[in-house]
Order: sequence, then C-alpha cells, then structure tokens
Amino acid sequence: MNIEQIRSDFPILHQELYGKPLVYLDNAATTQKPQCVIDVVRHYYEKDNSNIHRGVHTLSERATAAYEASRETIRVFFNAKSTKEVIFTRGTTESINLIASSWGGANIGEGDEILITHMEHHSNIVPWQMLCERTGAVLKVIPMNETGELDMEAFSKLLSERTKLLGVVHMSNALGTINPIQTMIEQAHAVGAVVLVDGAQAAAHVTVDVQALNVDFYVTSAHKMYGPTGVGVLIAKQSLLEAMPPYQGGGDMILMVTFEKTQYNDLPHKFEAGTPNIAGVIGFGEAIKYIQNIGLDKIAGREKVLLDYATQQAQAFDGLKQIGTAKEKACVLSFVLDGVHPHDLGTILDREAVAIRAGHHCAMPVMQFYNVPATARASFSIYNTEAEVDALFAALAKARDMFA
Amino acid sequence: MFSLGDLYQQVIIDHTKSPRNFGKLDPCNHDAEGYNPLCGDQLHIYLQINDANIIEGIQFEGQGCSISTASASLMTESLKGKSVADFERLFDAFHEMATADLSEEPDQETLGKLAVLAGVKEFPSRIKCATLCWHTLKSAIDDAAEPARTE
Repeated sequence: MNIEQIRSDFPILHQELYGKPLVYLDNAATTQKPQCVIDVVRHYYEKDNSNIHRGVHTLSERATAAYEASRETIRVFFNAKSTKEVIFTRGTTESINLIASSWGGANIGEGDEILITHMEHHSNIVPWQMLCERTGAVLKVIPMNETGELDMEAFSKLLSERTKLLGVVHMSNALGTINPIQTMIEQAHAVGAVVLVDGAQAAAHVTVDVQALNVDFYVTSAHKMYGPTGVGVLIAKQSLLEAMPPYQGGGDMILMVTFEKTQYNDLPHKFEAGTPNIAGVIGFGEAIKYIQNIGLDKIAGREKVLLDYATQQAQAFDGLKQIGTAKEKACVLSFVLDGVHPHDLGTILDREAVAIRAGHHCAMPVMQFYNVPATARASFSIYNTEAEVDALFAALAKARDMFA
Repeated sequence: MFSLGDLYQQVIIDHTKSPRNFGKLDPCNHDAEGYNPLCGDQLHIYLQINDANIIEGIQFEGQGCSISTASASLMTESLKGKSVADFERLFDAFHEMATADLSEEPDQETLGKLAVLAGVKEFPSRIKCATLCWHTLKSAIDDAAEPARTE
C-alpha cells in the first residue's frame, strides 16, 4: 500500500498550521474527504442538481439515478439483502432515533427492558432513556472491565425474556474497543430480543456483513468513512421495516394522500420523508467506492500496524496512562497524562499543528467509569503515517515539559 | 500573534500546580457550583461576606484544566479582603479582557495580576475555562439556586 499515494488523494492534508505541517489525528470525530468525494458533490451541484423521484426532466432523472446508485453501492458494501433495507438518514444519531421512535413506539411497553452497554455514545443512550420515560420500560447496562472490554458473563445474566432490544456499539469511539457483536447478536436472539449495532466508529475499519451477522439494525454515518457530514444510513431487516410505522410524515414517503387517508410509500422511501441530502448521499456512495478500491482488509491491516506503533510509544512515555486497552481494538489511542489536563494538551498540541480531541467524547459514562473528567484521544486513519505518530509524541513531550 | 508561552505563562503554571485558597471554606455564608458541560470542568466556590459587604474569606474546590484552575486561584487571591463592589468592577474588567479584540491591551491598572490571563482571547475554545470561576462567584454572591454554567 502506497501511503503517499493515498495522502495525495486528500487535499486538506497538504497545509501548514503555525508554520508546521498539519497532523490530523481526530479521525474518530470525522475523517477527511478524498478528492473523488469532493468532486462528485461538486459535479452534482454543477451539472445534475434537481429534486429526485418526481421530475420527468433530464436533470431529475440523472440526480435520481445517482442517488439510487449510491443506495446500491451501500447495499453491496454491507451485504444487505435488498436496497429496500437501506434507509438514508442524517446520520447515526437520526438512525437510532428513528428506531427508538418507530420500532420502539410500536414494540416497547411497561416493564420491557432495553439493554445497552457502559461504553455507548450518548446517541445510543439518550434515545432509549427517552423511550423508557415515555413507555415505562427499563434501561439496563452491561458493565465493562478496566481494560474497556464488556463483561460477557454479566451480559448473559442480564438477558431475559423481558429484554426486547440490545443496543451495542460495534467499536467504541472513546476506547477503540471492538465488541464481540456476532456472539452478542446470537445470545440476544436466543431470548427473542432484536439487536441494534451502532457502527458509526466501526464501519470504516471493520468489514460488516449484515446477513452473516444476522443483525436486525445496523447504523452508521458517512462522515466517519470519508464521506460528507449530514448523511448516514439505517440498514434493517425488511420484515422489521415493513411492520414499523413511518418515522416522519411528508413528501416522498407517500403513494396517495387524501384528507381522509394516506397510503404510505414502499420501502425504503417510507422512511425518507422530505427532500433528502441528495449531494451527501451521492458523496457517501463515492466514499464507499474509495474504500472498496483500496480494500477494507488492507485498510484495517495498515491501521493496525500504525496503532501498534503508537501504542508502543505510548507505553514507553513517562506519565502517560492509556484509557482502553482491550485486546480487540482499532485506531483509537485514548489517554491521560500526569499533571497535564487533556484540554491543555489539546491546546498545546494544536499549536504544534497536531489535531487531537480532548473531552468526554460524548461518552460521559466511560469517563465516570475511569474516574477522569476527560481524556485526550488520538485516532488514526488510512492516510496517517509513522512520522505523524512521532510528531504527536514530540508534541506530548513538549506539553509535559511545560508543566514539569 | 499570541504564542503558547503567552497563554501558559509561568504564573499560570505555578497557580495550576499549587492553587491558592484551595479547599472548602467552613463556615461560609455564600457558595455556588459552576460547570462547563463542554469540557467537564467543575468548580465550587465558598464565600464569607461580612455585614460591611467585604469578602473576608474565599476558597474554591473542583477539577479543571490549567486555565480554569489558575484563573480561580488568581481570582480568589485578588478578591480576598475586597468589597462586593470591587468584585463587580473586576468582573466587568476581566470579562472585557477575555473577550476584547486581539489588539486591545488589558486594563493592567484594574486587573493587576489577573492580566496574565489576557492570552486566552487568542484561544477561543479556552475563554470559558478562564471565565467559569467568575460566573460561579457571581452566582455565589447572588445566591443563585442554579449552578453557573458557561453555556
């Protein structure tokens, strides 16, 4: 794999901040976009912009074809059975809210249990708390251990016939842990629960085959996989989607409207009310093609090498404590440094042109577990290099010296 | 352009490592909590104000970054023995300094040592770290029921 070639695909990387070359290590927050994605979005607005699914004119037909071609690209990437199972949303958060509202509203009642894990992002906690408040259902949490792995024994014990849904993050954004979702899905199905997997962090790093996993709902966001912001996907079993009521009402999700009655549109359109983020969806499809052209296996292999390189340096760095040391993890190095608050690290590193994230990573319960207010997090992507990891640790040494 | 050294001056590092007036004040007749939901900084300020409206005692507890800890430490130092009216004047001057145009010089005469925090205005994401303690102190003086927040 030629990293220089890959880096040349990302125009944003080639700039200086404060006289130093940009080192972008905040990929878990959002990845950068390759030229091909920028180009298709631009091409759409320059040549094809029009509304989809209704115009008879040429531009609308071109826009519709490009939009629906993205759906097929994404279906193939996740190996969904049919494009009816691929629903475009604003992102992972909206996908989860859609499930909680539509599926949850129809299937969850008082005394039912929703099971999530201690390492969920707020977006896979709060919608379920809101559903529990509305319905009287109970939210249960699978604990984790000091390394940032789920307690699988406790998980087995928490499962019961009251468990109606298991919501689990595929890869933790705060810790990097990759959870054993295959086993968890099987166990949850054995008690009759449906399973939602939050793939926001995983989908750019781990191969996902929704049929092999037999997962009921898989959700992710385009912008964490080299695509535009404001667009994501919900992939769900057709039988579940057909039984679910619409999430939002409006244009595009109907076949026939009278004041007496409305007939809803077929899947997937039933869940795509209103004019969607057409350019975003087209960009999403192009981003997936970019990943396919390199090969997700190769990406994962390269990222593992880089994470190992960074982890070795982290272990040798005086006063650094890693947060999240699971055996199965990817691309995330979360840590605290003795005597330097993560936010000060963030500021100091920024002036060295090293972009990291400092904070609670929208996973406050994880911070509470480790009893830290925040962590610093460097997260890697396919375009990062060993030299950039070196720049990170040189900047960390500088920060440590400032507070020495 | 401000450099990192302008933000993390020796005085600030010193107050971070050994914050002054740190710990609970007992007894106290005013106190308040402050919270920055963006970064998780938490602060508790305790005050003893006498009948003549003089701040006889002022201490703080909590956890936060260097800027928020140093700012709280410097604030308690500069207000001990001062009147509530002095606080109000300093509050306005500090707020002005933290949010002023980059070209404006801080009001050194009013602010004294607090002027070392002028560097934050070059770092927009950090201004609230410096101002949290001031808002919290205002809540304490006003006996506000709700914790002070930066958002």
